[in-house]
Amino acid sequence: MTHLPDTVTKPTTSNHTLIWYGLGLIALLAAPFLFYPVFLVKLLCFALFACAFNLLLGSCGLLSFGHAAFFGAAGYVAGHAAKEWGLPFELAILCGTASAAVLGFLFGYVSVRRSGLQFAMITLALAQLIYFLAWQLPFTHAEDGLSAIPRGKVLGLFDLDNIMVLYYTTAAIFLFGFIAMHRMTNSTFGQLLRAIRDNEPRAISLGYEVNRYKLMAFVLSATFAGLAGSTKAIALKIAALTDVHWATSGSVILMTLLGGLGTLLGPVVGAGVVQAIEDHLSSLPADFAVFGLFRLPPITAIIGAIFIICILLFRRGIVGEIQHWLDRRSGK
Amino acid sequence: MSAPSDEPILRLENVSKSFFGFYAVRDFSLDVRRGSIHALIGPNGAGKTTIFNLVTKTLPPTSGRISFKGIDITKRSPSEVARLGMVRSFQISAVFASLTALENVRVALQRFRSDGFAFWKSADVLHDLDERALALLHDVGIESYAHVRASELPYGRRRALEIATTLALEPELLMLDEPTAGMGHEDVDRIAALIKNVARERTVLMVEHNLSIVADLSDRITVLARGERLAEGSYDVVSKDPAVIEAYVGSEHE
Repeated sequence: MTHLPDTVTKPTTSNHTLIWYGLGLIALLAAPFLFYPVFLVKLLCFALFACAFNLLLGSCGLLSFGHAAFFGAAGYVAGHAAKEWGLPFELAILCGTASAAVLGFLFGYVSVRRSGLQFAMITLALAQLIYFLAWQLPFTHAEDGLSAIPRGKVLGLFDLDNIMVLYYTTAAIFLFGFIAMHRMTNSTFGQLLRAIRDNEPRAISLGYEVNRYKLMAFVLSATFAGLAGSTKAIALKIAALTDVHWATSGSVILMTLLGGLGTLLGPVVGAGVVQAIEDHLSSLPADFAVFGLFRLPPITAIIGAIFIICILLFRRGIVGEIQHWLDRRSGK
Repeated sequence: MSAPSDEPILRLENVSKSFFGFYAVRDFSLDVRRGSIHALIGPNGAGKTTIFNLVTKTLPPTSGRISFKGIDITKRSPSEVARLGMVRSFQISAVFASLTALENVRVALQRFRSDGFAFWKSADVLHDLDERALALLHDVGIESYAHVRASELPYGRRRALEIATTLALEPELLMLDEPTAGMGHEDVDRIAALIKNVARERTVLMVEHNLSIVADLSDRITVLARGERLAEGSYDVVSKDPAVIEAYVGSEHE
């Protein structure tokens, strides 16, 4: 080991982190006994999607407004592979994920040279192109979408139509994606991404071809968004236009910011909050009225209002604020 | 050292840069000798920063030819030029704000590794670079700040960190853009000593406002005015040049 001067205190990873990981794992395992498993499956897919989005925005500073394209397109491909080609579950997911990676490369190749608003607009435009294709191509069945996608069996053994098998399979996929993305942010590559995000001209002046690094980050983010989309399509047996719609791109931005941009758990928490609200509100009867007096506005309006309030009150997002509070308490 | 010292490390031949018909730099030629400290000075708007940006490839020249170590770099990209061994600093101190001082230097050192794209490889392997990074921080006198975030460093120290990061790449030509801009006296002296120290093994080309720094450090000075060369030589020569005195009247005594 290198000798560190006495005045230097090296930051140590606290045991707290491990405890939190443990608690998270227990929550993941116990959740289907407390909540409706299908709801949780959907939540985990969106959580994975939000994590993938966060991978790009948090570590690279690139705000993509077209991530629904990867999520939705992968869903169509995975669904088609399972339904029409009769591929087993694992291969169908793989097909979907791979298609998102290819799409990510094409999108990224065009867009990473730009940044900020221009980047956001290019990704939005490309995503709209995918939306248009989803309308027009025969295999996506326009507004009908792909429905009754067969789930199949995990490893040819465990039937995914068993709700518990479905939940734990989704949880395993989520966990894999979550850990893989965590590793990426803390890899030799992730370290350079942080540098590029902090100061791009300086990274260039040190001899780095920053666009290649950004492209790589973009492809990785798209791939995991695709994994989330593929899993969602097969787990919920449906791939539809809403998955490629720009509103889905907006919603994943909202989840990430709500939970806490650049934090590890933020996107997961954000996805949970948004999904819970949507689920709760949509389960209310159509003629539901608060105190019998006034009707609730549409779900999107309510979520919009919550988003505005959260952004005004907790700018760091839910997890970001908690972390900030804990840091302050520990006197840092 | 063994290289023929009469061959310039950097050569600009008849370089011009115009913005919408206005010439910021016109027909400018310059030879920077290997191992020297060369300063570009001139009143505001003389084209110093434009030349700096032309050489580091941040701007493409309108016409002319630029070569570095005998290689034509007129059409190369900024990062390519950096990899050839010419590393620049910035007017506003350029550090990676959310990284610690140690990590900042490691980013530069990482360029000599092949795992820049290894997204599966834990960043813990970068601790191999700590020893070298700490030595570099020691050289610029900020070793005790190794684990402090760059954004929390005082301005002068941040400048020192930037130099340590630049030196990590072992550049042959160091391009310094106003290295003492916005600094207090104490910091200016420290940075001047630092530049003198690092220039022992390499070439330095700097753009600088602070004339006392230039007088103290430079082997050779090129004075610019309105995008053209006014005079060139040692400080004693250029400071007595009537054209230079004229161009500097009013600005020297500010």
